[in-house]
Amino acid sequence: MAERQYLKIFTRFERFWHWMQALLVLVLLFTGARLHGLIGGPNWSSAFTLHLVAAGLIIVLWIFAIFWHFTTGAWQHYIPTFRNLVPVIRFYAYGIFRGEAHPAKPTVQRKHNPLQRLSYLFLKLIINPAIWITGILYLTVGLTGFDLQSVAWLHVVAAYAMAIFVVIHVYMATTGDTPAAYLKAMTTGYEWVTVEDGGTNRM
Amino acid sequence: MTLLRTLLGALFVLAFSAAASAQGTSPNQSAPDPRAGIPALTADHAKFEQLKGPFKTGQEVTKACLSCHTEAGKQVSSSIHWTWETVNPATGQTLGKKTVLNAFCGNLATNEPRCTSCHAGYGWDETASFDFTDETRIDCLACHDTTGEYIKWPTEAGHPLYEPRTQASANTPYPQSLIVEEPDGNLTHLPPDLAKVAAHVGRPTRENCGNCHFYGGGGDNVKHGDLSSALVDPSPHVDVHMSPDGADMVCVDCHVGDRHAWPGSRYHGTISDSTHQRPGMRNTDILACNSCHSSSPHKALSLKGNKLNDHTDRVACQTCHIPEYAKGGVATKTWWDWSTAGKLKDGKPYGEVDENGRHTYLTIKGNFEWEEDVVPDYAFWDGIVEYTLLGEKIDPTKLVGINRIGGGPDQPGSVIFPFKRMLGKQAYDEVNEYLIQSNVYGPEGDTAFWTNYDWDKALKAGMEGSDVPYSGEYDFVETEMWWPTTHMVAPASEALKCGQCHAKDGRLANLAGFYLPGRDGFPLTDRIGLWLLALALAGVIVHAGLRIVSRRGNGRG
Repeated sequence: MAERQYLKIFTRFERFWHWMQALLVLVLLFTGARLHGLIGGPNWSSAFTLHLVAAGLIIVLWIFAIFWHFTTGAWQHYIPTFRNLVPVIRFYAYGIFRGEAHPAKPTVQRKHNPLQRLSYLFLKLIINPAIWITGILYLTVGLTGFDLQSVAWLHVVAAYAMAIFVVIHVYMATTGDTPAAYLKAMTTGYEWVTVEDGGTNRM
Repeated sequence: MTLLRTLLGALFVLAFSAAASAQGTSPNQSAPDPRAGIPALTADHAKFEQLKGPFKTGQEVTKACLSCHTEAGKQVSSSIHWTWETVNPATGQTLGKKTVLNAFCGNLATNEPRCTSCHAGYGWDETASFDFTDETRIDCLACHDTTGEYIKWPTEAGHPLYEPRTQASANTPYPQSLIVEEPDGNLTHLPPDLAKVAAHVGRPTRENCGNCHFYGGGGDNVKHGDLSSALVDPSPHVDVHMSPDGADMVCVDCHVGDRHAWPGSRYHGTISDSTHQRPGMRNTDILACNSCHSSSPHKALSLKGNKLNDHTDRVACQTCHIPEYAKGGVATKTWWDWSTAGKLKDGKPYGEVDENGRHTYLTIKGNFEWEEDVVPDYAFWDGIVEYTLLGEKIDPTKLVGINRIGGGPDQPGSVIFPFKRMLGKQAYDEVNEYLIQSNVYGPEGDTAFWTNYDWDKALKAGMEGSDVPYSGEYDFVETEMWWPTTHMVAPASEALKCGQCHAKDGRLANLAGFYLPGRDGFPLTDRIGLWLLALALAGVIVHAGLRIVSRRGNGRG
């Protein structure tokens, strides 16, 4: 029989990684938009420096995170699955307005619902690499001789994808039992989770 | 690699800038120079019998010079300072003052005695009869005087005064010590003391070169924009290299002479020259910025410096480091409309001046515009300049380029370069459709425009000084002329900031043909991207709204 427990499901590193990433991504998006000429703000040179420092830090952070995922086995949380995907999509499109229960409440073994798995996997395997690979190409265009405009275009496209991810992700964070529930979980690390029979808290 | 450097740079930038500033503050102090009082040169020219004088003419001085400097005559007489003629190796065009037309006084032919006041020689009053092989006609003193008391007279075909001359106003430039005010207010210009000057010859100073090169086009800074009397004693702001408070360099520190020939030409510009770098040896051909500063002069261990170094293959140093030209209070002429010349007031020539006392109209020259602290025009340049020569077909319905600069965004080796773009109106042959020469100077003839204000006669006489036919029908056409800006380098702190170009309305707003981050977006991609972002935002807002509404509904239900 499954029981609900208030357990720590996000470790200290995981939370640090998440919030640091959030900060850096926002800095990168805003300085990037400034550099691209979409918004005003700090002078170009400061925006450039800030953009590069933040980019350097986030790449270091990603390297640590990749290492962490593999050493802790946390990468398994992102294995895509289609099981239960349709009910989850149905929930966000319809059930949520009817006050239905979420069809895939987190468990210790499965912290993310199938939709989260897919979108985070997309973020980690497509958007993130695209943005830092094109970013490095952008920075080194003088050495490689690649076409500046093409590299810039790829980087900008990846940046729009990141911006759209951020908007949806931030909103989805408000869809817990209370609007602040997920926010609280990612801050304290603790959440009400379903502990399956025989399951232990490995965290 | 770069990334690694960048990251390293982020860590070490503070440490390095601290170290660098510590280096920068170390004062240039040293123990008393044991060689103090010993002349720099191995010869004191005041001790030469040959130079004791007295000298009646400049030519007599030259003969004395050549009696020791046996090869100088050959060297000078084969240089462009003497021949006023050069073949551009890139285009094959024969150029030089003798040949080209310009957007200022126009042409040399038929105006010689006035123009050749800046010839490195004596007596070129007529091109046909001047003996270019006579080495005794070389003027050594114009370049080698160190007293500041030798100057050529503006209308004597390269000669200085040999007798005092009295006139209402002072010549510029003319040494103050040689001007005496008469009781009636007139100013007597004394001739230079040739024996004194000959005894004090040396390496050319900024003033030597400047006496001609600062006054091209008929006045201070008229022509170049970046070469004016402000460079005789400039502040670091005006020119960080030439300022006595900066490097205090003279012209020949960069334009290093070799056998009386000098690198540096605006016909065939040297954009980059790193081939002559030989550490520990004196370079014979220092000219381009990177000859001394290298092609990666910015701090490599800083994010910004590293990126700035990435620019040097497409952006000339001058572009960022000469934010304005015509600095130091000396304006440059930017518009010269010859078509309005010749108007008389009460039958007499007249002039109009602006609030700064600068001529905006002269009967002899037409209308002018002047500008100070001018933001340059920017264009890609490969160093090559092609001229519209006398007799070359033009399209008078369009702006006529007196010269055209080579290069473009897609051409390797072309860099974004700052220019003074001179505009104006000049005479052309309406039937044959080419630019034409005019005879402007000639106090004794009845053809010269400055004496008779008659274009028909002046143009006919001007064209008779060429072998190109003239139909007799003339009109005026708008012209432009490109002058590379390379002097008046500002201190690094005044260099352009990134955002002055990386912006939609920045300095390079009109330079097409390449992608400039911050200036050029991706119109379609940006539109789609922003729309998708807006849709995502709208989607979550609608979703949130529905949640709120439905929750109330559920609550009520």
